[in-house]
Amino acid sequence: MEKNKYQELVKKHTPKENRLYNGMLAFLVGGLMGVIGQFLVEFYSSILEIPTKEAGTFMIITLIFIGCLLTCFGFFDKWVNFAKAGLFVPITGFAHAMQSAALDYKKEGLVTGIGASMLKLTGAVIIFGVVSAYVFGLIRILLFGGQV
Amino acid sequence: MTFKYNNVYINETATITGPYEAKGPLGTYFDKSYDEFYFGKRTWEEAESKLLEDSVDLLLSKIDKTKFDIDLFISGDLLNQITSSSFAANNLKIPYLGIFSACASSVEGLIIGSNMIESGQIKNCICSVSSHNNAAEKQFRYPVEYGGPKPKTTTFTTTGGASAYLSSNKSNIKIESSTVGIVNDMGIKDAYQMGAVMAPACADTLYRHLLDTKRDVNYYDLILSGDLGKYGKDILKDYMKLEYGIELNNYDDTACMIFDINKQPVYSGGSGPACAPLVTYSYIFDLMKKKKLNKVLMIATGALLSQTSANEKRSIPSIAHAISLEVVK
Repeated sequence: MEKNKYQELVKKHTPKENRLYNGMLAFLVGGLMGVIGQFLVEFYSSILEIPTKEAGTFMIITLIFIGCLLTCFGFFDKWVNFAKAGLFVPITGFAHAMQSAALDYKKEGLVTGIGASMLKLTGAVIIFGVVSAYVFGLIRILLFGGQV
Repeated sequence: MTFKYNNVYINETATITGPYEAKGPLGTYFDKSYDEFYFGKRTWEEAESKLLEDSVDLLLSKIDKTKFDIDLFISGDLLNQITSSSFAANNLKIPYLGIFSACASSVEGLIIGSNMIESGQIKNCICSVSSHNNAAEKQFRYPVEYGGPKPKTTTFTTTGGASAYLSSNKSNIKIESSTVGIVNDMGIKDAYQMGAVMAPACADTLYRHLLDTKRDVNYYDLILSGDLGKYGKDILKDYMKLEYGIELNNYDDTACMIFDINKQPVYSGGSGPACAPLVTYSYIFDLMKKKKLNKVLMIATGALLSQTSANEKRSIPSIAHAISLEVVK
């Protein structure tokens, strides 16, 4: 059988992923994460009287901590798998990816294990995040000048 | 390449699994199952070696022999440089051949052992394979606790160790013939589509086995492919019909048998070198001993990729080896 003919056969038997359902679910869960984040910001700024700008940072730290902790307890992967991009895209997904790699490699040692492999999944996000920040920052300065 | 055997028998087998297999539909057929993934070891890699050693120890106690009575230990697994097998062999101290053809390693081992017994070079041997879900996930995919969404065609690596004792002493299950497969590549690059990768290799080996032995496909009571998964199974049936005009009726796939695909979180079924022998040595042998099946063709399929070859976007070659098992009347 020709390769392209075989690929058609494979395509015929490949199940469709339910994109609409996944998208709606991710939208709802992601939105809920936003609500929780906003709630945390309000909590920090109004109850603990932290300035709103800093309360945002506190919110991020809280979510990262919770994401990492739940990963260690072993059920965050099931939630992410269920909620798809809803928990995957926000900051919790990043924390989860880093923490899960650290857990896998901790037995290979502090330096050769955790140190070398913790960013296995998230390293690319950091690299391309920094590169694109540089590129878009440069474009902004060239087009609109350096004033904030 | 097909070999015929006159006096090679599988005298005894031992199967040890992890928790998911125990909860599956064949749970009661396995000799022993663990309810977690470490089995008292520090790492998953050590745990996989322990699975292998446990299955060999159990096998030796079943046949009432010591390791000094065994001429050869043939073993393979999925981890880098087949460390599970070699580390187990280090503790067993039986003359050892380490083999690799991914999830087809089980039948490769049986073929090597059968040929050596048939030729009289050895009197007996133990053929083993192992796989460990977490160790394989860590090596080939993502960290175990990472919950990235996976497509429906993904397979779930079985956790288990399976060993078989082969000798020329007559017993109820005979190795009748075997066919060594040819590496096949249909240009599939998706490592989440292992069924599609391996189905053509399986079809090719099956076709050449039938050709070499001049048999009809219905000669066998059951043709058993080793881990194509739910979708790969359909692809194989279609492919056999389109390419060779052969209709597969008495056919099943071990990936779909070891787990309950609809109830367990295993996507399109089981995989890993242990999947095919775990099902065959437990459930299928049980049916054979009860004479419900007399002739079984076991075709184990393996995807021959590495993380590097996958990252370099090279297509995935695959292989399938077949072994014909018969009940001795």
